[in-house]
Amino acid sequence: MNDHLLVIFPHPDDEAFGVSGTIAKHTKKGSPVTYVCLTLGQMGRNMGNPPFATRESLPLIRQKELENACAAVGIEDLRQFGLRDKTIEFEDEQLLADQFLSVIDEVKPATIITFYPGYSVHPDHEATGRAVVRAVKSMAESEQPELLCVAFARNSEEDLGAPHIVTDVSDVFEDKMNCIKAHRSQTQWLVNSVEKDPAMLEWVQKERFWRYPL
Amino acid sequence: MQPIQANDVQNALDQLIGKELYLHLETTNGAYANHNNESVLTVNAYIRNGKVTPLSGKIMGIGPFRVGLKIELGWIYAEGLTHWEIDSEGRLLLAGHDQEGRLAVALQLSTSPFDV
Repeated sequence: MNDHLLVIFPHPDDEAFGVSGTIAKHTKKGSPVTYVCLTLGQMGRNMGNPPFATRESLPLIRQKELENACAAVGIEDLRQFGLRDKTIEFEDEQLLADQFLSVIDEVKPATIITFYPGYSVHPDHEATGRAVVRAVKSMAESEQPELLCVAFARNSEEDLGAPHIVTDVSDVFEDKMNCIKAHRSQTQWLVNSVEKDPAMLEWVQKERFWRYPL
Repeated sequence: MQPIQANDVQNALDQLIGKELYLHLETTNGAYANHNNESVLTVNAYIRNGKVTPLSGKIMGIGPFRVGLKIELGWIYAEGLTHWEIDSEGRLLLAGHDQEGRLAVALQLSTSPFDV
């Protein structure tokens, strides 16, 4: 049975918080994962105090972090689309959907994970989720993979109900934390809060997904 | 980057007057500003590779600093600048960081286009 997992997100570190445990569980049982990452998070704001990065050096740092994060959870197939942070919603959505479709045709995923359109806060997240939904909707129903979405807007549970899938990732907690820590230019605050705040630790050990109604 | 020394930045600006330059100008309070605090408006403005020829340029203030560039038909301006450097490619990078080290404003000038 094909159990290829395809993860599609716009920024390095989008995979870390909500999905890297699921990814690690998948690769640990020998199942393939393809990660499509659209940008290098060039517009990230965390530069450090004193600053360790500039607007121009940040993408070089984040490229390395992304590679380390993939290694931490066993991702061997990373596809980078070379787009620019904060511009995804201004790209042609159909063109983006077509690019996703060609990856889908190639790896034939059983499951795709992306952001839930309308419930993922950042404009790049929203645009990515919309283009993935467009791509999957254009497929014959019998060919469509399962589409799982990450939602974290304030009204997510109110509108969508409880997550359809809650995965306990405590068995791969160390891998997940290594993935989060790999993105250290952006995630130091999260690492600190997981170490100090029991509620945050609890939150990181569960990953929540909603099935998108196709 | 280094904390801004106004004289050094002024000298760097003086070198760029009259040259055809590529401009990166940005201000942001973060894509999650409103998500984190509903009373705050998420704002961000951004120009990547605007082509400009400054007629004059000045750094003002006692820190954080302001930089204004006069151009043929108008002005370019940034406030809240705290750090600067001339990077390895000879570009003038100015940025304003808050106490947590988050970039809030950037003004950058280069004789060749910035990567996109």
